[in-house]
Amino acid sequence: MDEITKEFLVESYENLDRLDRDLVALEHDPHSAELLGSIFRTIHTLKGTSGFLGFGPLESVAHVGENLLSRLRDGHLRLDPEITSALLALVDAVRFMLGRIEETGQPGDRDYSELVALLARLNERPAVDAPALEPRVPVAAGDVRAAPVPSVLAPPPPADPQPAPSKAVASETTTQPADNGEARGPAVSDSTIRVDVGLLDKLMNLVGELVLARNQVLQFSAQRTDSAFLATSQRLNLITTELQGSVMKTRMQPIGNLWSKLPRVVRDLAATCGKQARLEMEGQDTELDKTIIEAIKDPLTHIVRNSVDHGIERPELRVEAGKPAEGCLKMRAYHEGGQVNIEISDDGGGIDCARVKQKAVQRGLLAPEQAARLSEHEALHLIFLPGFSTAEKVTNVSGRGVGMDVVKTNIEKIGGTVDLQSQPGRGTTLKIKIPLTLAIIPALIVTSGGDRFAIPQVSLLELVRLEAEQALRQIEFIHGAPVYRLRGQLLPLVDLQRELKLAPPAREPAAPAGAVNIVVLQADGHPFGLVVDEINDTEEIVVKPLGKQLKGVPCFAGATIMGDGRVALILDVLGLAQGASVVADVRDRPRRETGAAARKPADPRSTLLLFDAGQGGRMAIPLSMVARLEEFSSSAIEFSGSREVVRYCGQILPLIRVARHVPGIAAPSAESGMLQVVVHTENGRSVGLVVGRINDIVQESIGVRRHAPGDGIFGSVVIQDRVTDLLDVQSVIRLAEPSFYPASAPHAA
Amino acid sequence: MNESKQYATFSLHGLFLGVEVLKVQEVIRYQEMTRVPLAPPTIEGLINLRGQIVTAIDLRRRLELPPRPAGQRPMNVVVRSEDGPVSLLVDEIGDVVEIEDDAYERPPETLKGVARELVTGVYKLSDRLLMILDTGKAVSLTAGFGSPPLAGS
Repeated sequence: MDEITKEFLVESYENLDRLDRDLVALEHDPHSAELLGSIFRTIHTLKGTSGFLGFGPLESVAHVGENLLSRLRDGHLRLDPEITSALLALVDAVRFMLGRIEETGQPGDRDYSELVALLARLNERPAVDAPALEPRVPVAAGDVRAAPVPSVLAPPPPADPQPAPSKAVASETTTQPADNGEARGPAVSDSTIRVDVGLLDKLMNLVGELVLARNQVLQFSAQRTDSAFLATSQRLNLITTELQGSVMKTRMQPIGNLWSKLPRVVRDLAATCGKQARLEMEGQDTELDKTIIEAIKDPLTHIVRNSVDHGIERPELRVEAGKPAEGCLKMRAYHEGGQVNIEISDDGGGIDCARVKQKAVQRGLLAPEQAARLSEHEALHLIFLPGFSTAEKVTNVSGRGVGMDVVKTNIEKIGGTVDLQSQPGRGTTLKIKIPLTLAIIPALIVTSGGDRFAIPQVSLLELVRLEAEQALRQIEFIHGAPVYRLRGQLLPLVDLQRELKLAPPAREPAAPAGAVNIVVLQADGHPFGLVVDEINDTEEIVVKPLGKQLKGVPCFAGATIMGDGRVALILDVLGLAQGASVVADVRDRPRRETGAAARKPADPRSTLLLFDAGQGGRMAIPLSMVARLEEFSSSAIEFSGSREVVRYCGQILPLIRVARHVPGIAAPSAESGMLQVVVHTENGRSVGLVVGRINDIVQESIGVRRHAPGDGIFGSVVIQDRVTDLLDVQSVIRLAEPSFYPASAPHAA
Repeated sequence: MNESKQYATFSLHGLFLGVEVLKVQEVIRYQEMTRVPLAPPTIEGLINLRGQIVTAIDLRRRLELPPRPAGQRPMNVVVRSEDGPVSLLVDEIGDVVEIEDDAYERPPETLKGVARELVTGVYKLSDRLLMILDTGKAVSLTAGFGSPPLAGS
């Protein structure tokens, strides 16, 4: 394929993605001259270039589309769903032809006469006499012809298009050539270049090599005393780190690139299912490594389709339930702790746990008595089982039972996790956590049986070292299976040496002879302890794939080269856990899910902060709602109006005394003169919750056992054998600081 | 008429074997190796070839020959494969020989076992026979066996 055609393809694909987005946005705002103009120009460019390159069918299809669009643009036709659908079909046809061109060099000989006829027929419609449009049309027309550069290159915000620019802008830019379709902003194209991804990959590999060489040099330098050499190696270290960061950045893409296809997916699917849905996106500019973007593309699309198909109810049901007829799907992406979080939430019907259990039993995925024992959270996670589907009948959208399990496996394959929360009647939220990049990762290096292994730090929870005497006492056996009580919870132990058969099999799971190092890992939400001989260090490692001869070995995710030039294997924590039956093997999961393996004392739990609200009044909040714990002297309290505030990190932090808002709790005694404050931050704003005493941080399954009425308390759970109330942070804040939440903000769950 | 090919030769348990010289990326001395637990036994380990991780296959085990005597260090014949370079561990390296096609013959039908699949032909040299190894099949562990033994669970 020649260069021109390649360029044409790359450019056209980009344009098509924008077309999808623009068309859906246009449906919400049919009068937006800017959007219409942008769409018109894209099609016009496509027509021109494909004609020039001799792709006849493509040109002719684009031509009728252009005709239709020009009438829309001039206000002779009004956009309605029929026209939108036809235009989207046009985009699909163009996309298909581009695909053929990519494969065969020719647009193919599929018959598009039907589409052409449809577009032509729509074009035949009599002109609308819409006086409402009149005042905008002249401005719009001028603008469309004249101001191609900014809107071509900067994609307009999908949901909230800018109003048409003023006439002044339009007349100012009319000096540009009228042949707007071909216009390219020289300013932008000068500052960016297209680079082949292969080249970036190569660059990345080279930087990986450099990182290894740097590690080696640093190891040498540790044994030297030559200060000039030390300074040089230090500089090498800094430069390498910076270079690594920069090269990594070149591979980063905003997640918005991936999301741009989704509004179209939502629209089409909602139309097919007879539902109304809109997609709201936040954090489109969150950046991710290109390989990760590729890897999450399908899972994300699947989740979005699922949300529309299963989550959002039909309009009449929604109205009945007191919700707006149009369902809302929210996608949010943000960086947190070196990872990217993606949340997909809908305000639909939520997941009915009882029905999920019933379906799982019906499909033979688990026994009825097992189902009865599941907690709510566990029941929700049944939807990740292979073969699970609640759809009553198989449609082309869903119901085939392949789905969420594939989503989960794909996300876990790239070192990510999926969590699911659902409230019946309120909606469902899926949380995905994925690493920023796969190429260079922080890892813990351990030694077992004389070999070194790298453990990706994403799976690492904590390290425990038991001295010989402790180990004898504290490692217990349940029918031969070693366990350790980690803060009251049984942690199944897996011996790496035995698991990998590093030593002769004579080594029985006997009482340990010396000190024991336990690496507490998490696989698939199940914590387990990996017993290793030695814990060495953490290191940034460059992940290299294993040859295909080793693809059948489940315990390794790859290999890396250590500072001394030797190869070390990277453990695949999930594969290892499956090998040791800490989590049930994926392939056997349908039958064995709740067998011995899955009943191990490792159910998914959340981390809670335990505190006394006042004098007594034992309460807990999820640690995720805690930004910081602070201590203020009571003399630091100042007043803003009648409200108590303190100065904190250059801001004014309003204080809320929790005891005042939770009935039946005495205020904490003020004699110590120090206030214990839990800082809660949301949307960039913080409040301080004054509590009596901070007690502990525990991991506990958060299934609410008893729903308490009244404000301030969410419900109760049993933690460490005591009933503990869960503080409803948001309702307390709403009571005490109504201005904390903007009036228009929906009640977050 | 007199076409000829070049082969890199090596010895293995007294056998004289050769691979097409163009398939060979390089020949290196014994390298320190990292063993791979649970891997099929033919895989000796992983070596670091200038920053690239290369799987080393013990050709003795691959051809179901007796194990290498203790203390004898193998050489790495790094061959190109579809999946990147792979190292074949051999006893000793021989010369690169150029042989005319006339000396070629298909392996005899009596050749049995794995060798039947991996040896593509035999050259009759004046003093001995040179067996030509199919590197593609040698590095793909599935050839010659049913399927690779799935280690682990």
